[in-house]
Amino acid sequence: MLARDIVDLTLEHLYLVGVSMGIAASLAIPVGILLTRRMFLQRWVLGFANVMQTVPSLALFGFLIPLPFLGGIGKHTAIVALVLYALLPILRNTLTGILAVDPTVRESAVAMGMTGRQLLWEVELPLATRTILAGVRIATVTTIGTATIAAAIGGGGLGVFIFRGLASVDTTLLLAGAVPAALIAVAADRGLEWVEQKLSPV
Amino acid sequence: MSPLVSFRQVATRIGQKDILCNLSFEVEAGETLVLLGRSGSGKTTALKMVNALLLPSAGEVLIEDRPTTRWDPIGLKRRTGYVIQEGGLFPHFTVAANVGLVPRLEGWPSPKIEARVESLLNQVGLPPAQFAQRYPRELSGGQRQRVGIARALAADPPLMLLDEPFGALDPVTRVELQHMLIDLRDKLGKTALLVTHDVREALLLGTRIGVLHNGRLAFFGGRSDFLKAQDEEVRAFHTCLGDTWKDSI
Repeated sequence: MLARDIVDLTLEHLYLVGVSMGIAASLAIPVGILLTRRMFLQRWVLGFANVMQTVPSLALFGFLIPLPFLGGIGKHTAIVALVLYALLPILRNTLTGILAVDPTVRESAVAMGMTGRQLLWEVELPLATRTILAGVRIATVTTIGTATIAAAIGGGGLGVFIFRGLASVDTTLLLAGAVPAALIAVAADRGLEWVEQKLSPV
Repeated sequence: MSPLVSFRQVATRIGQKDILCNLSFEVEAGETLVLLGRSGSGKTTALKMVNALLLPSAGEVLIEDRPTTRWDPIGLKRRTGYVIQEGGLFPHFTVAANVGLVPRLEGWPSPKIEARVESLLNQVGLPPAQFAQRYPRELSGGQRQRVGIARALAADPPLMLLDEPFGALDPVTRVELQHMLIDLRDKLGKTALLVTHDVREALLLGTRIGVLHNGRLAFFGGRSDFLKAQDEEVRAFHTCLGDTWKDSI
């Protein structure tokens, strides 16, 4: 029975992390690119992401419950919170990766007659790939851990075991939640490292 | 025939500092004009005005009689070759992709690009079979600069801009590349505007020399006039030449 639950909750956990990371990356990477073009926005956007990062995770989940649309009890509230957490590392690494492109390379791209779009897609993004993916990797590994708190607001996932184990002082249950979560984190770290190596052009 | 490039009372300032002041000169088709100056003399700024990387704050730069402000900035850059120190090659492109860049941006069919890349690599002394598929990090400094020159020539631009192209090279390689550039220039009949702080390079490559000092033209003329000129800044460059050259002054 426990084995069956472990599989189910692991899948639910993967779902929470997968969806959150998908949304976070598709928000943070474009916004990060925009920030390299509109430097004055940097303070505000990074400030927001920084603040989100400093709110204790349990409190953030709690804050979201009374909010309309975003909040409530259940998976989607958990996903909103996880997305908010994952934004900062991806944003920051996108920004750093693009700004770190050698200025002489950027200048020669412009001097060769590349348009702004060509500069982005052919030079800046390929050269920043490794750094951006490193941000995604950090965010993913963190999210796998943080997602265990989703169970506190009915979001499911491996946190269910952990909260139940804590409540009933049952070490087996605690481990049934913590060990798979740790294994997923290690696997995700390795897997994304491999992707980083594969996709990086240099 | 009208000059290929003409600067007319060009001035530019960044903040409170005048980078260029009332700069007027012309580059005739077929010549190699060298802008010689110390660091901070404004020579690179002047060069970047030619392909509209920078625009003048006063005066105008004419390319084929049309001000740079009225050229399509992308089109102007694609028809002007540009070589910078250390090459500025794209580290994630192979040598072939680097050289073929502008033709590709211009939408040439790929067999034509390949043929062009092959012929250019041969001309700059890098056998394509050996070098085409390498990445810039797998090349020496001199080889990278050869690729940089091939890339600048790729779309057969009438004008080449070179910003201290040999500044980072060892002396032996530098002389090799200087002679290669002379050969290419003579063979292809390109007009070139080259910026350097090396007076020997200026005398070797320049058909005419302009000396920039604090954003102003301190001297402009041929080699023999340069060697006779009494302007203080020009004489400062004379002293760099050492004794062997003194006889010819």
